[in-house]
Amino acid sequence: MAETDIKSRKDLLDIESLSLAEIEYLLKTAGPFKELFRRSVKKVPTLRGKTVLTLFYEPSTRTRTSFEVAANRLSADVTNFAVSTSAVVKGESILDTIETLQAMRTDYIVIRHGASGVPALIAKHTKASVLNAGDGFHAHPTQALLDAFTVREVFPETQKKKILIVGDILHSRVARSTSRIMRKLGMEVGVLGPGSLVPKGRPDFMNAFWNWEDALAWKPDVIYLLRVQMERQEQQFFPSLAEYHRVYGLTSERFKQVEGEGLYLMHPGPVNRGVEIVDEAMTYERCLINQQVENGIATRMAALYWLKPEEDQG
Amino acid sequence: MSSERILLDGEGIAEKVEALAAAIRLACGDEVPAFGGVYTRGVTLAKRVKAALKDEWSEIALGTLDVSLYRDDLDDLQSAPKLESSDIPFTLEGTRVVLFDEVIYTGRTTRAALDVLMDYGRPARVDLAVLVDRGGRELPLQPDFVGLKVETGERDYVAVRFAEDDGRDGGFLKSGLREDGN
Repeated sequence: MAETDIKSRKDLLDIESLSLAEIEYLLKTAGPFKELFRRSVKKVPTLRGKTVLTLFYEPSTRTRTSFEVAANRLSADVTNFAVSTSAVVKGESILDTIETLQAMRTDYIVIRHGASGVPALIAKHTKASVLNAGDGFHAHPTQALLDAFTVREVFPETQKKKILIVGDILHSRVARSTSRIMRKLGMEVGVLGPGSLVPKGRPDFMNAFWNWEDALAWKPDVIYLLRVQMERQEQQFFPSLAEYHRVYGLTSERFKQVEGEGLYLMHPGPVNRGVEIVDEAMTYERCLINQQVENGIATRMAALYWLKPEEDQG
Repeated sequence: MSSERILLDGEGIAEKVEALAAAIRLACGDEVPAFGGVYTRGVTLAKRVKAALKDEWSEIALGTLDVSLYRDDLDDLQSAPKLESSDIPFTLEGTRVVLFDEVIYTGRTTRAALDVLMDYGRPARVDLAVLVDRGGRELPLQPDFVGLKVETGERDYVAVRFAEDDGRDGGFLKSGLREDGN
């Protein structure tokens, strides 16, 4: 085949380990997959006879469904390993679970786990391709890829474009993976959030802002609102949701400015209306949240298409 | 030892394109078909034949087909082929379609292209046009319109080059070069 082909990998664990050429390949490959959605038959036979197992130790209906739709459209068989009802709650160790999975001879494993590094651990012990669907505060590579694909749709040339990420930067694997991919694509990254939620040891390139006025004066092209993760906040880093909205949310007043300047809006979903974002911003024509959902399926199809399990299963 | 033989020069390709156009025109009569090109050079061939027919049929609809997602050998590849966009900008229902590929060999690409087409709809009829038929079929599929027929062996490699894709026109037969053909 053509010399521009990019050699397949076994796993997709984070953005860091991907080369720029690999990222560009995945973004380019997602395009034709998205075009399939306009056909009446949205399915292609590419992964016929292959099995994809979703293994979610943390609930995430959206990400899991997105992977399932992606796998179905590639004609793979999808099985959901229901963690809460499995032996995991009986104290089965991760490695025991891996052995079980290995015996099932699944080809791809999509995993989300609350602890950083678990997908990498599973990847090391199985021949299946492992796709990290979010681990702890570490990484969420397919989210980053879909975000990059979405930005590329509105800005085919991303060099020097600016993205402002707003919210709990410290605990967000989305912030980590997405800021990393945007940087690799030549974008400038700014962050805005409560002082307690912006990492102290952030890299030099990350411009930090402490209020919306300064952040908007930096002239971002895209504003990326992170979800306030109620379930992950055992400690309270800000006093209340109303207070969060007033200080860090996209309020009505700030939205008017965003709309006036024609800035694009993104959010990984699900949205907490009235917290991160005011209601009326959801129907704004440059609000890309719904595109992100559709692009998530196309990007995950591209990832499944590219990855290759180790041969000689079992 | 490998050797290279020129099957078609620029003029030869132009002649074969004209011949394909004339044969398709004759076979279809008054029924204007739609064209479907298989990426990459099948698309170029379809465009060339379309251009050759522009005086008689000004309105030939042209679609493109990328067969990568329908290949039967993906498991054997070390990399996932770069994808192009398949695009069928016309209704297939009730339409006669002429598929184009620059070379036919095992027939596996044609099988995949037919499957792509069927996922877009149900054409009235499908014909296959190729610039070079090098024999060696592994599936019971035969082209309806052939520019040049040439006998080749398993270790031969047949390549058609077009100025639009490769800088210049030409058809080559390389012998004793590799085991998989085109």
